[in-house]
Amino acid sequence: MSERKIRVLIAKPGLDGHDRGAKVVARALRDAGMEVIYTGLRQTPEMIAEAALQEDVDAVGLSILSGAHMALVPRVLELLKANGQEHVKVFLGGIVPDEDVPVLLELGVMGIYGPGTLSNTYTNEIHKAVIAART
Amino acid sequence: MSELDLAQAVLAGDRLALARTLSHVENNTTEGRSTLSKLFAHTGHAHLVGVTGASGTGKSSLVNQLARYYRHPGEGLLPLRVAVVAVDPTSPFTGGAILGDRIRMRDLAGDPGVFIRSMATRGSLGGIASTTAAVVQVLDAAKFDMILIETVGAGQSEVEIAHLAHTTLVVEAPGLGDDIQAIKAGILEIADVLVVNKADLPGVENTERALRGSLDLAHPLPQRIRHHGQFETVPGQDDRIEAAEPIWETPIIRTVAIEGTGIPELVKAISDHRTHLDATGGWVLRERWRLKTELDMLLTNRLVEGFYTSLPAGVYDNTLQDMLERRISPYQAVEKLIEMVI
Repeated sequence: MSERKIRVLIAKPGLDGHDRGAKVVARALRDAGMEVIYTGLRQTPEMIAEAALQEDVDAVGLSILSGAHMALVPRVLELLKANGQEHVKVFLGGIVPDEDVPVLLELGVMGIYGPGTLSNTYTNEIHKAVIAART
Repeated sequence: MSELDLAQAVLAGDRLALARTLSHVENNTTEGRSTLSKLFAHTGHAHLVGVTGASGTGKSSLVNQLARYYRHPGEGLLPLRVAVVAVDPTSPFTGGAILGDRIRMRDLAGDPGVFIRSMATRGSLGGIASTTAAVVQVLDAAKFDMILIETVGAGQSEVEIAHLAHTTLVVEAPGLGDDIQAIKAGILEIADVLVVNKADLPGVENTERALRGSLDLAHPLPQRIRHHGQFETVPGQDDRIEAAEPIWETPIIRTVAIEGTGIPELVKAISDHRTHLDATGGWVLRERWRLKTELDMLLTNRLVEGFYTSLPAGVYDNTLQDMLERRISPYQAVEKLIEMVI
């Protein structure tokens, strides 16, 4: 009946306090017509997976600038899967060194959008990935 | 998951099934409607508490503290299962929304007795979404004892929450406006409990005095009679439903949500209101009123939708064009369209 909105959780796992990027992305996704659940700073992977479950989101965006992505991202993916949410698309923002990118993509991360990425790029890719996962 | 499974899984406490059902209901899908129909017989047990008030008064922080209190009531009391429905506005331009109420509710993470769901208004103007009532019913069937419904930052006319909740909290904070704001019609009239949050800020006495003054003069709601302590019946707008609800003196509670100050007093005011509703038959009146509101809304939507689909093609556009060219008035246009269908 009514059009099904894309719901995205934006979270900052770990201990760094730089949330400007996460807020910019949240705003860009809002302007692309999505419903963005913004959870704020210093979330544990467990908190993120729990929020993703309760909110029944289509995608989770993680913003990490602390360098802890290789520990935090696999944990979030694992927990989503354990909760029966393997269909949820996970994308990253923040600082991810080039050598880590293929490893994370291999783990199942949908996209990695560092500083300077145009908002059209990630809003379009997220939209496409979510629609493809629904059908 | 099939429909039958979905309803059964919700009743069995499956959180993923609950989350999915809430999405179906929020999107008004066929599956959502049929699942809700199966769950409806299991509803009617939860105490629905609405939390409304202007932006920045601290609604989310209060909800966080209330939920924490219900989970850890102390003194050998049983913890209650708490669901939170937090509504934020949808952008009328892009259809998107930022749902940010969870930021203030991080204390509740990791507790299986708590379930938080954010909702966007999706075009509704009354402070909650058109499907909030249905979402609340699903949570009720999922055996949550307390359901806290946080509206969008509401100013003066967003009073729909009063038709949904058993107990409505209106949250104010010092420094938000003069005493004329307090005597305008609208949001203060729906308060069962008035909360002055941020009570550590200067000006709290003035805010409380203005609120107290406005309560003394409060204009009674149609279904609620307050006349210097006497019961009195006045005819309502709709005699089939309206009846006098006995007197409840709206308390004013001071809180500092971020510190948890005043929360036990607020919890007591909410439970006093519940006791009052139970003792006076107000609970049944409100249930009736709640369901009537929902029935009317669904009926109206269904009829309007059916009306548009049964109009012959082109008639609507032609009528609009006639109005644009001032050949017929809006009233005449309505008459014309209705005659086409009936």
